[in-house]
Amino acid sequence: MPILETIEISKTYYMGEMELKALDSVSFIINKGDFVSIMGASGSGKSTMMNILGCLDLPTGGKYLLDGEDVSKLNRDQLAEIRNSKLGFVFQGFNLLSRTTAIENVELPMLYNGLHAKERRVKAMEALKMVGLAGREHHMPNQLSGGQQQRVAIGRALVNNAPIILADEPTGNLDTKTSDEIMSLFVKLNTEENITIILVTHEPDIAQYSKRLMRFSDGHLISDTLSGQQ
Amino acid sequence: MIDFPSTIKISFRALKVNLMRTLLTMLGIIIGVGAVIAMLAIGTGAKKKIGDQIASMGSNLLIVLPGSTTSGGLRSGMGSQPTLSLSDSNAILKEAGAVEYAAPVLNGNAQIIYGNQNWSTVVVGTSPSMLNVRDWDLAVGRSFTDEDVRNATKVCILGQTVVDNLFGDIDPIGQSIRIKNIPFIVLGVLSVKGQSPQGQDQDDTIYIPVTTAQKKVFGVSFRGMIRVIMLKAKGTDYLSIAEKQVNELLRQRHHIQQGRDDDFTVRNLTQIMETAQQATVVMTLLLGAIASVSLLVGGIGIMNIMLVSVTERTREIGIRLAVGAKASDIRTQFMIEALILSLIGGVIGIIFGVGGAELISTLAKWETIVTPMSIISAFCFSALVGIFFGFYPAYKASLLNPIDALRYE
Repeated sequence: MPILETIEISKTYYMGEMELKALDSVSFIINKGDFVSIMGASGSGKSTMMNILGCLDLPTGGKYLLDGEDVSKLNRDQLAEIRNSKLGFVFQGFNLLSRTTAIENVELPMLYNGLHAKERRVKAMEALKMVGLAGREHHMPNQLSGGQQQRVAIGRALVNNAPIILADEPTGNLDTKTSDEIMSLFVKLNTEENITIILVTHEPDIAQYSKRLMRFSDGHLISDTLSGQQ
Repeated sequence: MIDFPSTIKISFRALKVNLMRTLLTMLGIIIGVGAVIAMLAIGTGAKKKIGDQIASMGSNLLIVLPGSTTSGGLRSGMGSQPTLSLSDSNAILKEAGAVEYAAPVLNGNAQIIYGNQNWSTVVVGTSPSMLNVRDWDLAVGRSFTDEDVRNATKVCILGQTVVDNLFGDIDPIGQSIRIKNIPFIVLGVLSVKGQSPQGQDQDDTIYIPVTTAQKKVFGVSFRGMIRVIMLKAKGTDYLSIAEKQVNELLRQRHHIQQGRDDDFTVRNLTQIMETAQQATVVMTLLLGAIASVSLLVGGIGIMNIMLVSVTERTREIGIRLAVGAKASDIRTQFMIEALILSLIGGVIGIIFGVGGAELISTLAKWETIVTPMSIISAFCFSALVGIFFGFYPAYKASLLNPIDALRYE
């Protein structure tokens, strides 16, 4: 069952006279429960693809169907709603709010969908438990290790029960051992919670964890293979 | 819909991060609001002071002064030549329908002696109607009567300042004082009136019957001469009618032909004082306007700091946008921060303004009045400043593109 589908998606940047095609007619389908790694050299268009998939950016051509809905024509606020309810983001640099406790960071997405404070607290606790950070709710990001910070970020991505998690080099700032732990967490969320995971990486070891590997080069999808351990 | 309590909490935390900066930004608003309140308090105090003085003068007052006279081409100044007489005063009361009371005045300075004390003051020869004209009550004792005026009795009533200087703690009623060495019996003491609008001590005076003043104390250059006639019109609406009636009557009585100048002047004192009061209103507005400029500068300070804050927190805005904050959510958050800055600044400013007004009144002995209206308007004004100057930074924040914001270092 397809959860997202791109139909001949293009993204063209104009820099004065120059025309730069970051994405050129890319089409693929990702099914519910997929675990996809996107690889490619820098400038291959993988980050642009992630931004479009994450509804942070709009394509200049083609269609992007998310959960059956064409999101390529939505306005800013409608995109924000989609991000809030259907997508969870995990970034390389964690992107947690500083001077804000772990649990408040996890609560952040719920601040924008009208949940009551009590409900937010309960759901955030659940999410933190799921990522193995129970007992650290009131730690500030700077009191947590890199791996723990990334767990908080994953908790934040999970908390609204988003069916899709987009991770942009989630292990880029972590050592090998912590990277493995984080990847195991993704695998667990994928298999146990049936969450669709799309991650960008340039490390083949990390891509090993996924079920499917897409390679981008010069704005084209050049290969799309089943891979990894499963 | 954004969760306001949480957003307010977030705003407070953000403001606490740069506490020093927050306080300095607030200082602009504190000084602005404080200045507006203190200035308005000074202005309102001045207005009340003049209002009180007008009331102390007596209401609906007209004053008839002798006019300039011309003798051999030489024009002397106003009031230099006495032209009014006691019969003028009586005629006005009888014939000018719009006049309620008329009191003649023949005054001069005189040395007063009681026991071994002496004091120089203004001795006013007048009639008992004077107390009605000036809305002046007696503190103790009684006034002299029309009978005393007819008989030119040597009695007097004293202002409080004279009592203080001559008698100290002694009860002055029934005592005998000497005015220009003529003995007078003290009948009563006037209640305290304070300063006149011209700054004179109105209580430093002695009232005696006008006839006594004419015949025994000052002397006259013609029969029945007085210097001034004080009139009280029947009401505010009668002031101009009274003025006209007195003018016509006196021209007739003084045999002034058509086309010749008056030898007297009728002045509407109440009107003059009200003009003075108008001037204080203008002064109040002016002071308030000047103080408002500092509030404006404070507002610009808020805008400046909010713009810095938006830039500093670009990444935070990016994170919020990524997890689903709408543009309006971001805008609301920064608006709330600006409002918190301006409202807290406003409240502290109100406290400082009220305290400042209090300080001015104790140090400068200048009555200041803080009206609830000025507090409410200062509060609303500071809220308005927050909304106005917070809007642009908040709007700028809400326009940020999430991708660029997330990448911002």
